[in-house]
Amino acid sequence: MEREIRLMKGNEAMAEAAIRAGMKAYFGYPITPQSEVMEYLFEQMPKRNFKVLQAESEVAAINMIYGAAGSGARVMTSSSSPGMSLMQEGISYIAAAELPCLLANIVRGGPGLGTIQPSQGDYFQAVKGGGHGDYKLIVLAPNSVQEMADFVFDGFKLAEKFRGPAMILSDGALGQMMEKVALLPEGSLPHTVPAWAATGKPANRPPNVITSLYIEPEKMEMINHTLQAKYKQLQKEEVRYEDYQTEDADIVLTAFGLSSRICQKAVDLAREQGIKAGLLRPITLFPFPEKKIAEIAETAKVFLDVEMNAGQMVEDVRLAVNGKKPVYFKGRMGGIIPSPEEILHEIEQISEQVLSYQN
Amino acid sequence: MYHSDEIILAGFGGQGVLSMGQVLSYAAIIDNKETTWMPSYGPEMRGGTANCIVIVSDRRVSSPIITKFDSGIILNQPSMEKFEPAIKKNGFLFYEESTVVYPPTRDDITIIKIAAIHEAELMKKKQVANMIMLGAFLEVKPIVTMDSVLKALKKVLPERHHHLIPLNEQAILRGKELALQQLHLTI
Amino acid sequence: METEVLTPEVQEGFDCVYNKPDTLTDTRFHYCPGCGHGVAHRLLMEVIAELGIQEETIGVAPVGCSVFAYHYMNIDMQEAAHGRASAVATGVKRVLPDKYVFSYQGDGDLAAIGTAETIHTVNRGENILMIFINNGIYGMTGGQMAPTTLANMVTSTSPYGRSTEWAGFPLKITEMLAMLPGAYYVTRQAVHTPNSVRKAKKAIKLGFEYQKLKRGTCFIEIVSNCPSGWKMNPVDSNKWLEANMLTMYPLGDIKVPVKEGQGE
Repeated sequence: MEREIRLMKGNEAMAEAAIRAGMKAYFGYPITPQSEVMEYLFEQMPKRNFKVLQAESEVAAINMIYGAAGSGARVMTSSSSPGMSLMQEGISYIAAAELPCLLANIVRGGPGLGTIQPSQGDYFQAVKGGGHGDYKLIVLAPNSVQEMADFVFDGFKLAEKFRGPAMILSDGALGQMMEKVALLPEGSLPHTVPAWAATGKPANRPPNVITSLYIEPEKMEMINHTLQAKYKQLQKEEVRYEDYQTEDADIVLTAFGLSSRICQKAVDLAREQGIKAGLLRPITLFPFPEKKIAEIAETAKVFLDVEMNAGQMVEDVRLAVNGKKPVYFKGRMGGIIPSPEEILHEIEQISEQVLSYQN
Repeated sequence: MYHSDEIILAGFGGQGVLSMGQVLSYAAIIDNKETTWMPSYGPEMRGGTANCIVIVSDRRVSSPIITKFDSGIILNQPSMEKFEPAIKKNGFLFYEESTVVYPPTRDDITIIKIAAIHEAELMKKKQVANMIMLGAFLEVKPIVTMDSVLKALKKVLPERHHHLIPLNEQAILRGKELALQQLHLTI
Repeated sequence: METEVLTPEVQEGFDCVYNKPDTLTDTRFHYCPGCGHGVAHRLLMEVIAELGIQEETIGVAPVGCSVFAYHYMNIDMQEAAHGRASAVATGVKRVLPDKYVFSYQGDGDLAAIGTAETIHTVNRGENILMIFINNGIYGMTGGQMAPTTLANMVTSTSPYGRSTEWAGFPLKITEMLAMLPGAYYVTRQAVHTPNSVRKAKKAIKLGFEYQKLKRGTCFIEIVSNCPSGWKMNPVDSNKWLEANMLTMYPLGDIKVPVKEGQGE
């Protein structure tokens, strides 16, 4: 398909991609560092075929998403950390009612009001559920402006295929930075209103009801089984990752999103010094590439997980490595982005202590 | 081996530092190169210092965040203090004469002083000082083609400012002349 | 939820004066005997049947006693989180602007936890019908104090009567909403007497008819009873309603559309 090349901010690329992906409605509430998404959409609304509404709160916005998704529309919202926390109740309902929708969290440093600088501190919230009850989001972690755009298409596709919420987990830096982006054309992701949608009951079918309420525990357990079966299928079919020179690597870095870009540079710098470093970047954070990491654990000597938080994904990496090899962690918090040199220093130290000892 | 240029552009908010970086990045993609433009963002954008990192490369840019730069284009004193030490050895440091009170002192880099604001005032449009700086940079480091820069201007400037494109072009050309004179003085 | 088909036994020589509209399912109401919800549901569904808009109507149920409204209403429905029915209805209406959309909420849902959504939905003038059942108490959770609980009224969380000094005052949210420019038609009705039932039905019908005009939100409060929560038999609860609730929440139109040509 013919793609259009532009220089765009991550947030704007995501918004433009949403329009091209046939998003019918967006409901949101302003919060830095992602307000450009709604601003861009409002600017485009009169010229194109979709609707945007600024809600009175993130709480209202996510419930508007619920209503519009339940009406069978392709819908999206975006927010940043504190706002995404407010949405968790609604996301739990959306997951339980099996409504497809796309969420984007342009993460900023926390906890609390925190900072508006980029962070990856919401990994747990995104990957482990976030709201109440047993549910998962499909979580895509872009590391470039191109992926900010592409994952909108992938997110809608997965959300609709698996009837549940998908999330783009990004951060303030990816949202604000500009890069070359090749945009898919409008109309390249067709959509039909699903049969289960509550759009008005014709005489020949029973009412469609969108609900997450099942008073009888037996029914509620059945719903849970349905959800868990979807998550299993996702783990089987939809795992995505990027493998950067792990094949012969002694030290394998694991990092997602922006951190993975920094780690890629650190790997290059390490290789220049003769250290065999590699990088495994999970693209889907759920489903997590645990099999691939377990496979690498057979050949690599040591892992270094790098995140812009106090160590969240590292828990999943450790589960996947399963004690076979040591897993180190390097994190910066509170909106600080580690530099490639900082990571290189970490690689050098591990290389000196662990690798030379092992040899 | 691939080639990559890593540039820091810094000044006060309102000096057009961010759009100068955008023109550079846009020109890079028109030239079919890879690029990232990473701004500092937040409340400091109004009145405080603003900066952006632009990377232009033959291959996909890895880290958009870097701490050492091949070149700096500096339009105020606080930025000079912050970024003079961050220019790589044998790198280039361009600065605006009137806004940087204490000139850089390093002798392992090439320093190019441009009276961009004065020249812009002569052109009766103070806002084009950034383009004069950009022109100076491009004369010394022609990492993108002039043709692409002119096309990029059209993309970066909002349509209501498109009548100013010829003036911006003039400013870039003037910057190139000034850099050339400077280089002769330096060498 | 079990479904039991109730076959009406029409005796010979008698005229059948009551017919269940198609818009109600055959499921028996779970509501307590004498509760106003049953009447309100029926009125709503009768109007939808009479207007012939069953295929074009989407309802939004709340959290509260009427959480299972979709078991009884034979139309497409969505079940909202507590307090968010009007936000959900907004989402529905914005993507299906030509359908009829209503929300159905109690006092805790609409006037406590969902106050922000309520106010902003009306203030945006969403072209929906909001039905607000006010019985001054949290029925489903077992009779706790609601925002609309009267002063000195006993509930399980105001066991010595609502102290306005401690717990504030009964909230007349309907009057507040009527002040908003987005509100097109605001009225307060009841369903405790045959006469009030007729008037309430008329109001609901207007609410749907006005929705077609797309001129703003129609908001109908129905002052109702809660025999279980009030710890009264149904007859006493209706008397108590008349004597106490209607003094604080007087019936009648609060905002009616300005007729064409009469100006503002």
